[in-house]
Amino acid sequence: MEDILKVEDLQIHFPVMKGVVFKKQVATVKAVDGVSFSVKRGETLGVVGESGCGKSTTGLALMHMLETTGGRIMFEGQDVTSFNRSQVKQFRRRVQMVYQDPYGSLNPRMKVKDIIGEPLEVHGLAKDRAQYDKRVAELLRMVGLLPDMAERYAHEFSGGQRQRIGIARALALEPSLIVCDEPVSALDVSIQAQVINIFKDLQKRLGLTYVFIAHDLAVVRHISDRIAVMYLGRVVEIASREDLYRNPKHPYTQALLSAVPEVDVDAEHQKKRIVLKGEIPSPLRVPSGCRFHTRCPAAMDKCRTHDPAMSQHGEGHAVACHLYT
Amino acid sequence: MATPVLQVRNLTTRFKTERGVVTAVDNISFEVAAGETLAIVGESGSGKSVTSMSILRLIPSPPGRIENGEILFDGKDLLKLSEDEMRAIRGDRIAMIFQDSMSSLNPSITIGKQIAEPITLHRNASWNEAYEKARDLLSMVQIPDAQSRLSVYPHQFSGGMRQRSMIAMALACQPKLIIADEPTTALDVTVQAQILDLLKDLTQKAQTSMILITHDMGVVARYADRVAVMYGGRIVEQGPAREIFNRPAHPYTQGLLASIPRIDSDPSKPLPAIEGMPPDLSALPVGCAFAPRCPKATRECEASRPALAKVSEGHLKACFNT
Repeated sequence: MEDILKVEDLQIHFPVMKGVVFKKQVATVKAVDGVSFSVKRGETLGVVGESGCGKSTTGLALMHMLETTGGRIMFEGQDVTSFNRSQVKQFRRRVQMVYQDPYGSLNPRMKVKDIIGEPLEVHGLAKDRAQYDKRVAELLRMVGLLPDMAERYAHEFSGGQRQRIGIARALALEPSLIVCDEPVSALDVSIQAQVINIFKDLQKRLGLTYVFIAHDLAVVRHISDRIAVMYLGRVVEIASREDLYRNPKHPYTQALLSAVPEVDVDAEHQKKRIVLKGEIPSPLRVPSGCRFHTRCPAAMDKCRTHDPAMSQHGEGHAVACHLYT
Repeated sequence: MATPVLQVRNLTTRFKTERGVVTAVDNISFEVAAGETLAIVGESGSGKSVTSMSILRLIPSPPGRIENGEILFDGKDLLKLSEDEMRAIRGDRIAMIFQDSMSSLNPSITIGKQIAEPITLHRNASWNEAYEKARDLLSMVQIPDAQSRLSVYPHQFSGGMRQRSMIAMALACQPKLIIADEPTTALDVTVQAQILDLLKDLTQKAQTSMILITHDMGVVARYADRVAVMYGGRIVEQGPAREIFNRPAHPYTQGLLASIPRIDSDPSKPLPAIEGMPPDLSALPVGCAFAPRCPKATRECEASRPALAKVSEGHLKACFNT
């Protein structure tokens, strides 16, 4: 299976400007600072990390919704970062997004059928009203909603139903890749399972590829084939689902897994806990050397001065850590 | 058996809204023993936050009203006290930690002053004495350079440090009971672990009781001694944490635990999800609130509400069928 997406040394830096009339750049937020990964057609890459790691910024860059500062995003062999306007429009038929907030991501003044059908109109894909309505009904059914919901407004639906509407909208143009930015975080626990099942079912039926951004490690594990762990603008570890959870190598990955409380009283009381000291540094002041060294229980002298590169360890398992170089 | 620190009996709280009367908390009863952590767990609309606000009599009235019940604490019924008497209890005997520290802390007052304030109010201490105590409390919650941090404003702190400050404030007068309402939901996972460990450690040392309100079953598994599961304003199951997780007796608890993806669950199978949606609190069904979504529901469930009944020692469920 070939790579449908290949991100190479992606950098997204935001300048911090000071001054009202004469502006001067005083600092830089290095939101994404050298990120590389690839995704095969039909698979799901989970991207996990905490605040400030750059996962959502990466997601927006994949969608060509942000200017990048460096690096390349190769989608089906073409560099997205160099697209002109008409190329972007074509690109939008192939790559779509599902957002985190089911309340903010749907236009409250549009009927559900227009929310879902708008992409068809923008790209001239519905010859007439009948074809439009037919496609909207088909999309609603695909996400487990009833076709008669098309005439209603978004506010009449619950959070879980709204996310389904958002998914239906993302499917309208038959994309190959969907970037999912925390799509279940805002939903009640008992609804999350329903929506996760829809994502997986659609992937099987339509051969979709997902980049699934989330902070919930259990959700990510359930839906991903491979997982990239991000910290402060970099990927620190990337591995298959099995390998990451069974054999996490990077101290941050280990701490992250340890920090997530499991739904099992006995397991929790027996668990060996790794509690990190301190808090995540600001992307305005990225630590020298390995950016994790300020909190790392295994930090050595070298870590303060040298930034570790990603190195391979086993089939598809890469880590950026001096413990392994 | 020692008297429980808190005994809630038949508590009912209602709100008048545009869509009618909403029964947010519907005839619930529970107890918290000395030194124990009770988790009240439920999803949005379950009534867990309204329960904690009712205990502290912080329900905005109108539109809300505590319509019935007894809340026994320190030998008194909190629902019968005057507002002055309640004010003497809040922050002193019962303390609260809220979810969103940025909106619970006063942005125009320094952290030091906000921690010192309850000490001056409840302990008759001078501001000097109170500031010294506040500095000790900041060290206790592991904020480095405590002395210089007294003059910091909330916006200068990160989310994790603000929550630690809230904990310091809550512990200032050594309360008998702390109510923590989703204290770490807004924090990153690694910071959440630090904060909850700290809270658990400090409450254990001082033998303080805690009511931990959360939607996160993982947090419950790690920190709770006993659990009350709420749904549609009612307690549907309660018992020791191990019992609830290993032998859940109510179909909602069973469904919830089954639907949560675990680190070791099989990703090739769909998650067993609970059908349907959370209930509309302004239009609760006549019978069991969970019946519309329950795989075991019978006609009896639709017609009448099951009362809490014993499953085993200390373990109760409100269900006719399991």
